[in-house]
Amino acid sequence: MLGAYLPILVLVVIACLFGLGSVVFSSLIGQKKPSKVKLQPYECGCEPVGTARERFSIKFYLIAMLFILFDIEAVFLYPWAVLFKRLGTFGLIEMGVFIVILFVGYVYVWKKGALEWE
Amino acid sequence: MTWDAIDIGLMLAKIAVLFFIILTLAAYLVLAERRILAWMQDRKGPNRVGPQGMLQPLADLIKMLTKEDLIPAAADRVLFAVAPAMASIPAILTFAIIPLAAPETIFGHRVSMQVTDLDVGILFFLALSAIAVYGVALGGWASNSKYALLGSIRGLSQLISYELSMGLSIVPVVMLAKSLRMSDIVNAQAEMPFIVYQPLAFVIFLVSILAECRRIPFDLPEAEGELVAGFHTEYSGMRFGLFFVGEYINIIGLGALASLFFLGGWRGPLLPPIVWFFVKVTAFSFFFIWVRGTLPRLRYDQLMHLGWKFLTPLALVNILVTGWWLSLR
Repeated sequence: MLGAYLPILVLVVIACLFGLGSVVFSSLIGQKKPSKVKLQPYECGCEPVGTARERFSIKFYLIAMLFILFDIEAVFLYPWAVLFKRLGTFGLIEMGVFIVILFVGYVYVWKKGALEWE
Repeated sequence: MTWDAIDIGLMLAKIAVLFFIILTLAAYLVLAERRILAWMQDRKGPNRVGPQGMLQPLADLIKMLTKEDLIPAAADRVLFAVAPAMASIPAILTFAIIPLAAPETIFGHRVSMQVTDLDVGILFFLALSAIAVYGVALGGWASNSKYALLGSIRGLSQLISYELSMGLSIVPVVMLAKSLRMSDIVNAQAEMPFIVYQPLAFVIFLVSILAECRRIPFDLPEAEGELVAGFHTEYSGMRFGLFFVGEYINIIGLGALASLFFLGGWRGPLLPPIVWFFVKVTAFSFFFIWVRGTLPRLRYDQLMHLGWKFLTPLALVNILVTGWWLSLR
């Protein structure tokens, strides 16, 4: 069944060539007049202040962690959805229990204020 | 599956045709967007290059190719170079699993009108949409510019938040089709498109793909009023072009997937399959442009609330209700 992936490999190679080729071609025919000011990061025409490697809000890390948790749980739903008919009522109840547990965690996250943006 | 000469020739032909189709569609979607937005805003839009501006995409391409390709001195050169490709290549790869029309018989071979019919088609699509997030993340981080960094952090958490509701809204489709394979999903809609059974999942999917494409009202990663151009502020020339073309290919690809999951793909009465598919994809593209011409941008907290507090729980409840309803049938 691996044969089905051969076209994808070919497409990956062609897409990479497209990306690489267009950038290389553009650098060949494009003009090159770099200057010190031009190579600065854009800050509305003012002199750049400090570095951009700053710390940012913890909220974003929290969202990333929540995403990993919920996304892994979402992945479990796919095999169940494919075999839904074969698993029957038992499978449905099992998945109901699973989603209810997921919901309890979700309500906890909500009540703790992890989804608030103030 | 073994590969003989005809199979390999057909595969290469299909990939070549696919490439031609998506690049042409993306180029003309840019023009269509500019013209339609202009029409909605009572302006003219680009109409000088060729009849009705039809050659504008070509002019844009030449301009982007001949522009100076700047890499800021403070940027991380490797990541800066890789990021545009990371944004556009997954968008192109998504088309590998999209069936454009009904299977045909050519030279005694049964040819499906898709590059490959993976048995894990939907998982392949979800994996690609996860990889596409790296384009935004790396591009903004590598630029070493404050606007770019803010845009990419915003974009990252927006994309992963809405990926959740998008993934969950496809689960009922899988339950109805009993398969992750695209051809099975289209065949399962022979009698009735899934939108009839799953209107809620369709709406959740539609809102989520709007956010995944970073389109208005979800264009906070590149909100031009506050972040200049967001994560691609520092990009110029063809590298910017790759981001740009990737975004439009993504619009077409996600529109095509929405029509496959909910509207029956190439299935339809009277007209030939390829025409039906094209009509559906065009309708989704027009909808995206229409939304851009109509809605204002959301505030960031509204955006996260919509994703986490509304769409995600709604999609979960929808899965349970669908399971209950299907077991009653």
